[in-house]
Amino acid sequence: MYYLRILVVDDEVDFLDTLMNRLQLRQIKATGVASGEKALEIMRQKRFDAVILDVKMPGGMDGIETLRAMKKIQPLTEIILLTGYASKETSVEGMELGAFDYVLKPIKLDELLIKIGEALEAKSAHDDKLRKGDIKKLIRFPDNIYTQGKDEQE
Amino acid sequence: MYEMIYRRLQNKIILLTLLVSFTPLLILGVTMYYQFMRSSRANTESQIKYRAYARAEALNRFLKERTAILGAMADTHNISEISDETRLARIFEIMNARCGAFVDLGVIDDQGRHIAYVGPYDLKGRNYFDQPWFAEVVSKGAYMSDVYMGYRKMPHFIIAVRRHENWKPWILRATIDPEILNEIVRSAQIGKTGDAYIINRNGVYETQPRFDGRILFESDLDPNLFGGQVDVVELKDKNGRPVLCAGSWLKNNKWLLVIEQDPAELMEELFAVRYTEILIISIGLMAIILTTIFTTRITVKHLKESDKKMVEMNAKLVQSDKMAAIGKMAAGVAHEINNPLAVILQKTGWIEDLLEEEEFQESENFKEFRLSVLKIEEHVERARKVVHNMLGFARKMEPRLEDVDINETLNQTIDMVENYARINNIQIQVDFTKDLPIIASDQAQLQQVFLNLINNAIDAIGKDGLIEITTDCNDTEIYINFKDDGSGIAEDVQNKIFDPFYTTKVTGKGIGLGLWVIYNIINKMGGSIKVQSVMGHGAKFIVTIPVVKPEKK
Ligand SMILES: Nc1ncnc2c1ncn2[C@@H]1O[C@H](COP(=O)(O)OP(=O)(O)OP(=O)(O)O)[C@@H](O)[C@H]1O
Ligand SMILES: [Mg+2]
Repeated sequence: MYYLRILVVDDEVDFLDTLMNRLQLRQIKATGVASGEKALEIMRQKRFDAVILDVKMPGGMDGIETLRAMKKIQPLTEIILLTGYASKETSVEGMELGAFDYVLKPIKLDELLIKIGEALEAKSAHDDKLRKGDIKKLIRFPDNIYTQGKDEQE
Repeated sequence: MYEMIYRRLQNKIILLTLLVSFTPLLILGVTMYYQFMRSSRANTESQIKYRAYARAEALNRFLKERTAILGAMADTHNISEISDETRLARIFEIMNARCGAFVDLGVIDDQGRHIAYVGPYDLKGRNYFDQPWFAEVVSKGAYMSDVYMGYRKMPHFIIAVRRHENWKPWILRATIDPEILNEIVRSAQIGKTGDAYIINRNGVYETQPRFDGRILFESDLDPNLFGGQVDVVELKDKNGRPVLCAGSWLKNNKWLLVIEQDPAELMEELFAVRYTEILIISIGLMAIILTTIFTTRITVKHLKESDKKMVEMNAKLVQSDKMAAIGKMAAGVAHEINNPLAVILQKTGWIEDLLEEEEFQESENFKEFRLSVLKIEEHVERARKVVHNMLGFARKMEPRLEDVDINETLNQTIDMVENYARINNIQIQVDFTKDLPIIASDQAQLQQVFLNLINNAIDAIGKDGLIEITTDCNDTEIYINFKDDGSGIAEDVQNKIFDPFYTTKVTGKGIGLGLWVIYNIINKMGGSIKVQSVMGHGAKFIVTIPVVKPEKK
């Protein structure tokens, strides 16, 4: 059985909680943490397919630092930057450091999921080819993830 | 106002420069002139002095010769010999042959009787005993008279010498025609104004002066002005003109030779020099004035231009500083607003998710909930758009570089609004420069710029009007001008229209981000935008874009 594992890092707790709930509703296994430090900690223990990272977090580690550290821990994990505004500097720097893309807040969940899908598609190019189909289906029909994923894997 | 400051500055510089350069020139000129005048004056004086000296010497010689020959005759003859009128006539002949100018010759004995006489007058037998000159010649040995009018109405003077013989004096006396004297004196009457004459101690003319005055009449000259040497004094004539007089007393101590000259005549040379000097100085001054005015004008003009450039640059700097500050703030505000918006959007999304559950579907207010949530999302979207527009990235962050034909882009943009313009009877006229260079730029962003500007013009016109769009270029820049005949923009508002949220339009019609976004886009491209407008007379926006050549593929 294959679970899509996503890590969301955002210091805005209301945002984080709600997003978690909604992802859960869509059968996506997501972990939410409120700071860069915690994110790194959990990444050392678990592997993630994608990370959604808020760039600007007042206090604690800032997004770019976190991004750099994450790329060291899990170089293959695709990271999508989430930002309240995209300054040229942070976005360009982020891309140079290996982020997949950046999205502007506020963003609808559907759009965010599409972006995640794109990221995973890119990741799967380097990854196991078998999984590629899974992921595509997963994105298109998130509700069928269990059955289909199970079927194909077994 | 500013004009006056520059004019004043210019005048100040000119005045100061002229003063500084004039003063030494004038001082030099004046000193030179006076120096020259002084030396010339000294020269003139010595000249006239020399003349007086030379004539006086000639006169002295003349008189001395006459006295000497008379004395020699007296010394070489005794009274008995000389009283013989045949002898006397012979002597007279010799004297005239040797010396000349003798009119008569007579012998006077110790009693003052004229005992012998040769000459044209009948003087024999006269007695001079009581005459003052007789006593003088007896006591002093020689005598010379002043000039007097003789019987023939001719001026004469006499000289007499005495000789002692057997303790008795006798006197040889001669009358002299002063013509030679006159000649000598006359030869000093040179130039147009030069005069020469002799006066005696009482100031009576002994010779005929050249101009005013007559022989034997009194002159205006005071002989006491002159001392032993040759002296020069400056006097005024009747007309008040200066006259230079040199006087030299003759050896006889009775007569004063006077040479008169108008100094102006002798100083004619000086005047010529003076005119040359004045001319040279005038030309110099003129040249100084002209160059000063010319160079000052140029300097002030340069100053004015650079000042103007500086003011423009300062204004531009202030403007871009302000825009940068606003941009920073906008970015901060955007972040602070977008985060809550993101939360709101997630919450509404969550509500939507929950509403999908069946228990809610039956709720009687289900539709109301749904609608409200949609409305909330709609307004979140609206707020999001405003914030994004405010940051000027309606599209991509980085301008996408492609080959852009400005004229073509303008045409496309005009097509988009043409219908709307036509409905409102607004004519859009174009005058493009044919061969604008193709540049590497972001066509979509440029289109946004052009569209915003045309929309603003249309809004400013309302109904019935004209929009003129022209393009122009040089080697480094492309100019795009948008001119309308709409309401125009008041001068004090012109620097506000680029600020975000500055609008004069009713809510819903405009939010005041158009020009702000334009400014940022153009700025990022390295160009600039300027507005020219007079309230009530339309507005003109000038967009300048640098020519960035596309890379050769
Ligand atoms: N061509 C013009 N003639 C007269 N006034 C103008 C012109 N262009 C702009 N303005 C003035 O400048 C203001 C700001 O223009 P700007 O384009 O920034 O905002 P807006 O047009 O009001 O709103 P938006 O463009 O965001 O819809 C306008 O409200 C208007 O008062
Ligand atoms: Mg506008």
